[in-house]
Amino acid sequence: MSDFETFSGHRGLQLEEGLIFEIGSEARSGVDLETPKGLALKLGGLTRTTPKLPGLAEPEAVRHYVRLSQKNHSIDAGLYPLGSCTMKHNPRLNEKMARLPGFGDIHPLQPISTVQGALGLMDELAHWLKTLTGMPEVALSPKAGAHGELCGMMAIRAAIEARGELATRKRVLVPESAHGTNPATAALLGFIVDEIPANLHGRVDLDAFRAKLGDDVAAIMLTNPNTCGLFERDIIDIADAIHEVGGYFYCDGANFNAIVGRVRPGDLGVDAMHINLHKTFSTPHGGGGPGSGPTVLSERLAPYAPLPLIVKRDGVYDLVENETSDNASFGRMVAFHGQMGMFVRALSYMLSHGSDGLRQVAEDAVLNANYILASLKDVMSASFEGPCMHEALFDDRFLKDTGIDTLDFAKAMIDEGYHPMTMYFPLVVHGAMLIEPTETESKQTLDQFIYVMRKLTEAAKAGDMDRFKKAPHFAPRKRLDETKAARQPVLKYQRNTLAEAAE
Amino acid sequence: MRYLPLNQHDRQDMLAKIGVGSIDDLFVDVPQAARLKEPVALPKHASEMNVERHLTSLAAQNTAASSVPFFVGGGAYKHHVPASVDYIIQRSEFLTSYTPYQPEITQGTLQYLFEFQTQVAELTGMEVANASMYDGSTSAGEAVLMAHRVTRRSKAIISGRLHPHYRGVIENLSEMGGFELDCVPITVAGEEDLGGKIDDQTSCVVVQYPDFFGSVNDFTALAQTAHDHGALLIVVFTEAVALGLLKAPGDMGADIVVGEGQSIGNGLNFGGPYVGLFATRQKFLRQMPGRLCGETVDQDGQRGYVLTLSTREQHIRRDKATSNICTNSGLCALAFTIHMTLLGGTGLAQLATLNHERMLMLVEKLGPNLAPVNETFFNEVTVRLPRPAKEVVEALAARGVLGGIDVSRLCPDVGLENYLLIAATETVTEADLDAFALGLQEVLS
Amino acid sequence: MSQVKFTKDHEWVRLEGDIATVGITDYAQVQLGDVVFVEVPDAGLKVVQGGDAAVVESVKAASEVYAPVSGEITEGNAALGDNPALVNEAPEGDGWFFKMSLSEPHELDDLMDEAGYAAYLKELG
Repeated sequence: MSDFETFSGHRGLQLEEGLIFEIGSEARSGVDLETPKGLALKLGGLTRTTPKLPGLAEPEAVRHYVRLSQKNHSIDAGLYPLGSCTMKHNPRLNEKMARLPGFGDIHPLQPISTVQGALGLMDELAHWLKTLTGMPEVALSPKAGAHGELCGMMAIRAAIEARGELATRKRVLVPESAHGTNPATAALLGFIVDEIPANLHGRVDLDAFRAKLGDDVAAIMLTNPNTCGLFERDIIDIADAIHEVGGYFYCDGANFNAIVGRVRPGDLGVDAMHINLHKTFSTPHGGGGPGSGPTVLSERLAPYAPLPLIVKRDGVYDLVENETSDNASFGRMVAFHGQMGMFVRALSYMLSHGSDGLRQVAEDAVLNANYILASLKDVMSASFEGPCMHEALFDDRFLKDTGIDTLDFAKAMIDEGYHPMTMYFPLVVHGAMLIEPTETESKQTLDQFIYVMRKLTEAAKAGDMDRFKKAPHFAPRKRLDETKAARQPVLKYQRNTLAEAAE
Repeated sequence: MRYLPLNQHDRQDMLAKIGVGSIDDLFVDVPQAARLKEPVALPKHASEMNVERHLTSLAAQNTAASSVPFFVGGGAYKHHVPASVDYIIQRSEFLTSYTPYQPEITQGTLQYLFEFQTQVAELTGMEVANASMYDGSTSAGEAVLMAHRVTRRSKAIISGRLHPHYRGVIENLSEMGGFELDCVPITVAGEEDLGGKIDDQTSCVVVQYPDFFGSVNDFTALAQTAHDHGALLIVVFTEAVALGLLKAPGDMGADIVVGEGQSIGNGLNFGGPYVGLFATRQKFLRQMPGRLCGETVDQDGQRGYVLTLSTREQHIRRDKATSNICTNSGLCALAFTIHMTLLGGTGLAQLATLNHERMLMLVEKLGPNLAPVNETFFNEVTVRLPRPAKEVVEALAARGVLGGIDVSRLCPDVGLENYLLIAATETVTEADLDAFALGLQEVLS
Repeated sequence: MSQVKFTKDHEWVRLEGDIATVGITDYAQVQLGDVVFVEVPDAGLKVVQGGDAAVVESVKAASEVYAPVSGEITEGNAALGDNPALVNEAPEGDGWFFKMSLSEPHELDDLMDEAGYAAYLKELG
């Protein structure tokens, strides 16, 4: 790296880019609109001055966003070993299919006779989800994983209420390793969260679990494989025990990629499980959504599925969109019918893989993770004895006395061209590093990754401080001051905020 | 299989390195009873060509909005989205990137979110906006929960002119969370006395702007009444383009403004994915749900952006979080901000004016016998027909016109079977207006 | 004569006359990292020993601050609104969280004194 300074502030293809508010102007526009006729308005006088927002001509706009895009890492560019996120390849066939006008250009409230193919697709997706999970019903409308969680827990609450036990069944058991959405969801619905500790093998402590059982237990929320990347061996016993006291089993399906096609959650005694289409079924993460979280439901919970319901009468599809005396639906979670755009993508993916391919997906995902575990556990500290499932958990014991922590290690990975793995989650180990390669990584890519991780570990232990403490050296930005961002929040552009120039 | 890079040779090598004989040895923790010996009973893998064939035939069974005169609104609106929007959002670095938790290598995402937040704040007339939510309806639900937190009260008053699906979402959340709701009965037009219902137990009043039936109302007085009682005014919108022309809810005294951003940058997509917009006052910042992007500097003093104030969110506060929300609607927010940038403030105002004029023209064509119930409107009106709207809609569809929504489809059993909800955006042509007016005339005669 | 007592959750409480001042210890602020926001209780709030009294947020974590003894809040530290960094800079001085009157003064006897807290910290390692 040279100390050569450019005049523009750019560095070759690494281009700096200001805000649209600094580049554009209110008078400019990249859209040709016809001139209004000047008709008398019928707005009751409720008009505003022109919004003070800049416009850009199309060439400028395209350049602006292309330059921004160049500052992003992405799965298309390289391995993104984010544990519990399942960053697999996003097939472009999915994008093409979702953009067919017959799917992308239809309105949710068009006459049902004009969208039979859309309902047919949703029905077909539902069939795949139900068959893969071994469950009789699925709610398609939840808009994301956490929303699907809410759906599952709402169904459970509705079932408990139908039994007249809402006042007495208030406790929900959640492992301490659970993702934060689990207790947040339970609390939102008025439940009391009771944490179950993990045993030395990273799984639910069965004795501690049994000790917490009682007829005031509404449900257990388990992730399986769990957030440590391990399959809960006692899961059927846990399910039986919960059912015995009259409770329900909610399963967080974030890690379904490990078992799809090889295990059906229905066979494990699950009552409700959300599925992240953006994880297991390859719909793109989009830089933070949109996701989709359809939730499969057991026989016990099926009657309470949220609106809308897709029904078929004499070969014709219809939508049940309102609560009637005919259904016990707990109501509506969202306007309209769910993330159709993601349904098309997911079904395209499922059809492409088929049941044999999906089974191979789980096998390769688990194989890849175990290959990484086996190749790194002699130099990094694996938190649990293998085998793992689709993700391998390490902790920071191997960095002890180096002065380098998990965060520093992750930032050094950025310089090596990798997006860091999931850090500091789950909370059950110190300085967690959760690595999930997924099945769409080749052996060559994994070998390269393993090589780099081993070298980094070596460097850390050898006291190569600068490499870690000042990392990342090569990213579009160095480490950012998150304290400043939180203490003095600047959440929108205002003239004369932070003086530092970006140009 | 085209998405799986490993071959049998690789697999053998890797199993050897791991030290097991077969892949089954890695699934050893799965209880015997639950092990599937074979792939489940679903079709086997298929080529791209065959998948395309199958899905294309399903798509062909649907009537695309662009292919017919189109007047369907009711919370999702057909607008023209410039071609470059879809190309930009499909760039690898936007489409296949993850949530920007490692800000050094996701400044692209973070900067557009910052620009997006600024745009939303300006359009709503509010001090701060978040980085988007799932959609308008869940944003409305979250707004009510936020009002309860801020006021430490738990009773919400819901206008009868709120989109029925949005009301359903709020009803569901309130029932599940043990909160009280006062839902005003549905009326299509005329005065709605919400102010009279506010008391010292009220946490918020929720109204829609323009309302579900299309009317545009001034909420300034209502905001004052709410504030006099220590309650908040929540204004919901489902047509974001309206904000280019209509007085901003923030300027009427709204405390929380939420709604659907689909109209800008995003297609109809049969209901999703969409993008929820959420804005509020600075003083309520810490009670606002969802992700927030903030400006800061890096170690070299360069301006940069990060997700901030995350301690409100579920992954940190867990059972004390402001909401269980995990994600925003990133790519849809990107589409919104690109389109908004292409339009600029002047462009959006012009687009909004065109929308309003289309509806003025439609109303004129429909004539006095089919006058809207609305005294004011933006690009949507409700008309009372002499016959049930459901059959009229179907008859129009048979004539190749998608002529609006039967109100009773969303508001059943309240005597609104004869009401038709009609939208007209800038995509409507003179020929479309004629086809609709003519078609309606024929169907009703 | 003021005496400082400590809780296992790393709060300190200093009684001066009838009013006790409460904050978090230096150990706690180091654990938290840069404090970005503090939610102090309003005057008049009644608290019980061990109950929620305040919230302290750093960039990556948020922690409850519990009332070390029962009583009524008389004052929340307004200075923390503009300058949460005080908690890091002077945790046992200007970075105090709230003042309160005691309803059960004997509860102070259950808490650790300075030597006891130092020994407790040693145990934590």
